[in-house]
Amino acid sequence: MTVALFVPCYIDQLYPDVAIATLELLERLGVDVAYPDGQTCCGQPMANTGCETDTAPVARRLVDLFADFEAVVCPSGSCVSMVRNHYAAYFDPEDAKFQHVTSKTYELCEYLHDVVGVTHLDVKFPHRVSLHQSCHGLRELRLGQSSESMTPRENKVRKLLNLVEGIEWVEPDRPDDCCGFGGTFAVNEADVSAEMGRARIADHCDKGSEVLASADMSCLMHLQGLIRREKNPIQVMHVAQILSGRPLGAA
Amino acid sequence: MLPIVQHPAAAKEFVNDPNRSRWHDQALWFVRSKRDKQAASLPEWEYLRETASGIKTHTIANLAHYLQEFERNATARGAVVHWARDADHHNEIVLRILRDHKTKRIVKSKSMLTEECGLNHYLEDNGIDVVDTDLGERIVQLRGETPSHIVLPAIHIKKEEVGDTFHKHLGTDEGASDPKYLAEAARGHLRDKFLAGEIGITGVNFAIAETGGLVVCTNEGNADLGTSLPRVHIACMGIEKLLPRQRDLGVFTRLLARSATGQPITSYTSHFNGPRDENSELHIVLVDNGRSRLRESETFRAAMHCIRCGACMNTCPVYRRSGGHSYRATVPGPIGSVLSPTRDQNSYKSLPYACSLCGSCSDVCPVKIPLHHQLLAWRGELVGKKLLPLSKRLSMRCASYLFRFPALFRLVGKVGRFALRVLPRWATHNRLNVWTIARELPEPPKESFHQWHRRHRNH
Amino acid sequence: MMKPTLADTDARQGILDRINTKHVDIPPLPDVDVDRVIQFDEPIDKFVEMLAMVGGQAHQVDSQADVRAQLEEIEVFRTATRIVSLAPESIAGTIDATQIEDPHDLSTVDWTIARGEFMVAENGSIWIDGDTLPHRVLLFIAQYLAIVVPRSQIVSNMHQAYERIENFSARFGVFVSGPSKTADIEQSLVLGAHGCRKLQVLIVGDL
Repeated sequence: MTVALFVPCYIDQLYPDVAIATLELLERLGVDVAYPDGQTCCGQPMANTGCETDTAPVARRLVDLFADFEAVVCPSGSCVSMVRNHYAAYFDPEDAKFQHVTSKTYELCEYLHDVVGVTHLDVKFPHRVSLHQSCHGLRELRLGQSSESMTPRENKVRKLLNLVEGIEWVEPDRPDDCCGFGGTFAVNEADVSAEMGRARIADHCDKGSEVLASADMSCLMHLQGLIRREKNPIQVMHVAQILSGRPLGAA
Repeated sequence: MLPIVQHPAAAKEFVNDPNRSRWHDQALWFVRSKRDKQAASLPEWEYLRETASGIKTHTIANLAHYLQEFERNATARGAVVHWARDADHHNEIVLRILRDHKTKRIVKSKSMLTEECGLNHYLEDNGIDVVDTDLGERIVQLRGETPSHIVLPAIHIKKEEVGDTFHKHLGTDEGASDPKYLAEAARGHLRDKFLAGEIGITGVNFAIAETGGLVVCTNEGNADLGTSLPRVHIACMGIEKLLPRQRDLGVFTRLLARSATGQPITSYTSHFNGPRDENSELHIVLVDNGRSRLRESETFRAAMHCIRCGACMNTCPVYRRSGGHSYRATVPGPIGSVLSPTRDQNSYKSLPYACSLCGSCSDVCPVKIPLHHQLLAWRGELVGKKLLPLSKRLSMRCASYLFRFPALFRLVGKVGRFALRVLPRWATHNRLNVWTIARELPEPPKESFHQWHRRHRNH
Repeated sequence: MMKPTLADTDARQGILDRINTKHVDIPPLPDVDVDRVIQFDEPIDKFVEMLAMVGGQAHQVDSQADVRAQLEEIEVFRTATRIVSLAPESIAGTIDATQIEDPHDLSTVDWTIARGEFMVAENGSIWIDGDTLPHRVLLFIAQYLAIVVPRSQIVSNMHQAYERIENFSARFGVFVSGPSKTADIEQSLVLGAHGCRKLQVLIVGDL
């Protein structure tokens, strides 16, 4: 079984180590991974702006590119949610390629937890870590239980990180308040977005966290931009980097 | 025509004042936390939401039947049922009832519908004195403002500001800001208004088709005091407030206050079946004002489930930071951003974008309105009608083009990363680049993952 | 009495026509399965706990004869002069509200002692049937409210509560949960908004 690695556009260009860590992690766990050439974007920026006709051809490309693989794995909950929950608007429901790709695209932690069934990781990360749960991972992919929801769900991201030796968990007051990235929202509503991000950072910093970890690099790009501007004493890391054994400061 | 609301600009002052936005955020988070505790206390919480959603879906689908059943039963109990096509018609009907009774003094309890219709202004223009009796509404009325939240109308106002307002209008001590003292002063002030009120106007939380009865929920007791002294009660309601059976209230009374304020139920859940006695009158005004049109939309119909609990506002990270007035609409927050464009797409076109699509509203909503999906759907509608600025549409057209041609995507990426590395800071971090107003740009890596992969994994 | 005009009749037809023109599939009306809903083994204990949470005070007494003594422990009752009692078998009042025609004349009432039909454990509320009230304003206009309710009359939740009042025929009925309150000034909870300042619930064993 060959699994395709889907590397979102901004990770490819700006955070290649997140993709490298993902690839190395999957390889180490014995997954047969391919990286199909010609990848760009899932189409989410256009879709979330409402530009449906601009989204459709990009979505089509992605589906065609990945249709021959048994599964697609991506280290970004937001992009996976786009493919799984929002692609239907752009395809004929009978389209077999679409059906296959939309149902077989997994977020990295979800894939490791549900399909690979990882129970052991030989890595250490002896630091104080707090988890930033990305909204789309939480409320669209249900990687854990959102704080509003009373439906019990296990937290897949945290469960995986618990396999890493040495993590000392630090809990923010608000476990899943939005960081304010939201794609084009970060620019459209720049003031509100920045204020939302600052509040998240303060919450994590106040509790003494050294590393703000998340399974979504887009949230972290926004938070890292604020942290660097305000010189906050905290770093960001993608969960894939911690799971693959990167030391502190890799992002 | 209504003016065009630009939410980012309307929110700017509020969000950039930490004394305001952080205080407001904390106050609403406190309410949401109370809601979470109450929701968690019921193992059947999600089952109740599911059931409530099912009851509303059924009722809205079968709305004509239930409206007529309600009218029949309410009339049989001695109420007079009026039908209003829109806000103006509603206001005319209310004014006619008041004139018929030669009334000048009205005591009104909270009704978002009358806010939606602009009833207060209309009546005041016609020489009628309307006193809002809900404390929060009275505060905003005395200040010449509008509510910024549908359940907590004065949530944006600090106690010192309430103190100033009461000092000016009610003669409380200058500088006094103790909530207990101020609430006591309001109690005394409004007691007199209640005793002098000639007609009581209330909103309606639920109307029951099988009984023709109405249910009004308050904590302050103002709806009850306002309707049990005067002989005439006017109840104004949107046509979506119906429930088929009285027992359906079991579901909704359990969800409403828990979702709204984190109380297990409101202090008073009052059931009105017809007028008070043979010598009294109950007028019920059923208002459409765009609701029957909203019902026609497969995408947005579920917004008619709304029971106006305000939970989506309390949980919305954008609302909490930008304040209710930034929406320039009677109903702000997520549900308001869905409903307002149904009234006027052009005026309210920025509201569906005043959302990070975090989805918390959809998870908190007691009647399971898929709010964040509806906000996303609105964006598609607005773009389809060319209501999004051309610059934004063009940038998305360019992005789409870029993502269709991988070689071009890689080239642009390479050039961009190179430029970011070599350009001086002033060229990349300036006011023209909105991203960098508050944030740094990412540090560009030398090679993309694609390049790395070619070097390390190429077969 | 003002009746709808011809224009209003047109609006009625217009609204119904618009709704009828758009057919929407009607899913079945769901019912609550009572087995999936919370029930309490000790509903009185839960009621007392919830009533305290909503700002009311519960007093458990064995017999009606104890009601007065219980209320006498409250200073604002001892000093009260204008008391309306709707539960005269438990406690006598000083004003006969049935003799009063205009509800405005009740504006100076200090205490109303009302009769509760039953308690709801999950939210500390008590159902009051409007037919027990000579004037419904009595519940809201008195400075203080006490409700006398039989100990045996309690349900766990609102579904059971509505089952009990399925056929109530009064023109008015209300669930009262705690005293009137407001948090409209900076979310600070203040008891005693427009209605009663405090609520005493007397849970009587032999009623």
